[in-house]
Amino acid sequence: MTGIAKRFGATAALVGVDLELAPGEVHALIGENGAGKSTLMKVLAGVHAPDAGAMALDGAPYAPRGPGDARARGIAMIHQELMLCPHLDVAENIALGAEPARAGIVRVGARRALARAALDQLGVDIPLDAPVGALSPASRQLVEIARALSWGPRVLVMDEPTSSLTAREVDRLFTAVRRLAAGGVAVVSISHILEECRALCRRFTVLRDGATVAGGELATVDDAALIAAMVGRPVTDIYPRSPRTPGVAALALRGVSGADKPRAVDLVVHHGEVVGLFGLVGAGRTELARAVFGLDRMRAGRVAIGAAEDSGAAPHRRWAQGVGLVSEDRKGEGLALGLAIADNLCLTRLGAHATAGCISDRRLDAATTALMRRLDVRASGPTQAVGELSGGNQQKVAVARLLHHGAGILILDEPCRGIDVGAKAVIYALIDELARAGAAILLISSYIPELLGVCDRIAVMRRGTLDAARTVGEWDERSLLSAAIR
Amino acid sequence: MTDPIAIAERGLARRTALRRLWSALGPFLVLIGVCAVLALVVGEPFLAPNNLRNILVQTVIVAAGALGMTMIIVAGGIDLSSGSAIALTSVCAALALKDEHGPIAAIAAAIAAGATVGAVNGAAIAWLRLPPFIVTLGMLGVARGLAKALADEQAVNFAPTWLDLLMRPIPRAADPAWIKALAVAPGVWLIAVLAAAMILLMRRSVFGRHLYAIGSNEAAARLCGIRIERTKLELYALAGAFFGCAGLLMTARLRQGDPTTAMGLELDIIAAVVIGGASLAGGVGSITGSLIGALIMAVLRNGSQQLGWPNYMQEIIIGAVIVVAVALDRLRQGRSRG
Repeated sequence: MTGIAKRFGATAALVGVDLELAPGEVHALIGENGAGKSTLMKVLAGVHAPDAGAMALDGAPYAPRGPGDARARGIAMIHQELMLCPHLDVAENIALGAEPARAGIVRVGARRALARAALDQLGVDIPLDAPVGALSPASRQLVEIARALSWGPRVLVMDEPTSSLTAREVDRLFTAVRRLAAGGVAVVSISHILEECRALCRRFTVLRDGATVAGGELATVDDAALIAAMVGRPVTDIYPRSPRTPGVAALALRGVSGADKPRAVDLVVHHGEVVGLFGLVGAGRTELARAVFGLDRMRAGRVAIGAAEDSGAAPHRRWAQGVGLVSEDRKGEGLALGLAIADNLCLTRLGAHATAGCISDRRLDAATTALMRRLDVRASGPTQAVGELSGGNQQKVAVARLLHHGAGILILDEPCRGIDVGAKAVIYALIDELARAGAAILLISSYIPELLGVCDRIAVMRRGTLDAARTVGEWDERSLLSAAIR
Repeated sequence: MTDPIAIAERGLARRTALRRLWSALGPFLVLIGVCAVLALVVGEPFLAPNNLRNILVQTVIVAAGALGMTMIIVAGGIDLSSGSAIALTSVCAALALKDEHGPIAAIAAAIAAGATVGAVNGAAIAWLRLPPFIVTLGMLGVARGLAKALADEQAVNFAPTWLDLLMRPIPRAADPAWIKALAVAPGVWLIAVLAAAMILLMRRSVFGRHLYAIGSNEAAARLCGIRIERTKLELYALAGAFFGCAGLLMTARLRQGDPTTAMGLELDIIAAVVIGGASLAGGVGSITGSLIGALIMAVLRNGSQQLGWPNYMQEIIIGAVIVVAVALDRLRQGRSRG
């Protein structure tokens, strides 16, 4: 792949990526969240067509017309979220979409043979009759790989294959992958866990901001150099920071634990302070926010808000206490896309615009319009459906909901992920303005420059546990990343 | 205002308002179309005032059910037990009348029975987290069985009371003057008043807006502090009260409590709501639309009878109209979105 570029609207996801794979090698594709790794692999797998650049496969030009074409040419991709049918058994899943059949009747024996051959190639033994839903995550991952293998791929792409696996399962997976590479398949492994990359791969490519910034033999570079290549980016100054004076504790967590993650988390956020929460995807930051906000059950621990203390409370209690949450899952949980901006924005406090139980549309729209102007929401008006807005404007609506509610404690989960720079700047400015006015803000983010630019203190979460927060001056990009990866 | 952005905003706002109006207009245009065709084909007998009064009376039972069902469907649920609930509440009202507790007690019995059935549905859906389809499918059998048990498997008869007047479409010479003056049956007026209250509830109350939010995205509604479980309980109980109201009208029409009545009526009610523009996926729907949907079905039935078509023709036509009306709605929505 040479000079691959891809834009989505105003966002350049890839600006010129070079990647070379040799048969029989396992190649590590490394980069921060949002560096363009997944987009690059989707270009390879025919999901997206590149805007520029060329690809060649076994010396011949390669320009897939779609995922089916890419698969036929020997490119197989294993997604981060598994694409399996949990109720079907292993053999049925492996043969899915390519069932051996005669006159429309599936030949059960041939299907089992096909599944057995694919699993043998991986060198694993999984019962063919077991429903996939009953298997361990690692076995499911192996079933997915086996399915890809049954197509006879030349190139196999694995997107974060170990994110849901235990150490022993990782070993099992790696053994299978090595065996596969020994058979001549080129494997790309996307990961940001460096020790795993070293264990599995020989060569690497680092992506940053959609471009290739480093590559070579893993044995010749140390972790520090890799991290430097991943993050080495100037912190642009879209982060206003006015002098803030932290006041009394607004939100104090003691030993907060969820079903699996978080585990015994202690954290204090003061009024007039922005505390950042960094960690890798899956470290348990979102789970912490959800447990505190009552969206998931708290298994143990205490939450103190001002003078009141409890061991978990429902979302309606939290809103009543002046706590607001912006979800990382804007479409799934943050907003009701089919409803009007006004309904979404005012949903937590509709009663404020009612007289004797009767909501006044005029007052609702007036309040909405005022907030839309304040946050520069581009829309036709307060009655437009939120689903018709751009991602950045949708996110502004999600944040404006907290303003409308008058929340004094704000939990913002990846508020700026996947939105344009203009919308980001609006949200950063708002965070600063609110913190100066005395709000307590907990900012969850995977984007290091943002955390360094906006926060007063930052804490790092790793596998469900949280280290003590340190002032922002004590952190830099490298120390944050190594604290998260360690 | 001379601010160009403000002018652009106003233009766009007008377009949005127009689109909103258009979405309420869709089912209405279907109704007008159906009426126009029948007026042309059937002519005088269809347009006769007495026939139009008849149509309204034939609409009210489904309309009463549709008032409750609209809430449920807007909130992303479904209620298959409404037909059985109507039979059960009808039997309860008839028993109260038979034992000579008077019409007021009969009204209270029907409404309370309906609300109880709904509350049981709502509680199972909210706290046991079972799909509404399953819960109400079970209740479809349970409520029907209860109705038969209470009625001892036969129709419950009672002496005439003023409740019977509710469904008398055409005033008779013997009727009191106030019934003649109101021209249509009092039951129609009752539903009109209840519908007006429901329009207000759905559009203007916090509760109503919460229903749209839950139907549109339950996770977002939960995040925003809406108490999902409690709202669902209230929602199904209130809808049940409307099914009780429909049962009461059924009792008035049949002049007895029949435990085998309203078989499959839940499907007519659901069809009315869906023809009226509601989405079974939740978050979309309106009381006005559902009432128009109920009217469309009643007009089609009436027209088929006027034309002397056999029963099976009515069934085929109404079945086809349900699908065509929803398909037209999807087409329209798809275009306005693109």
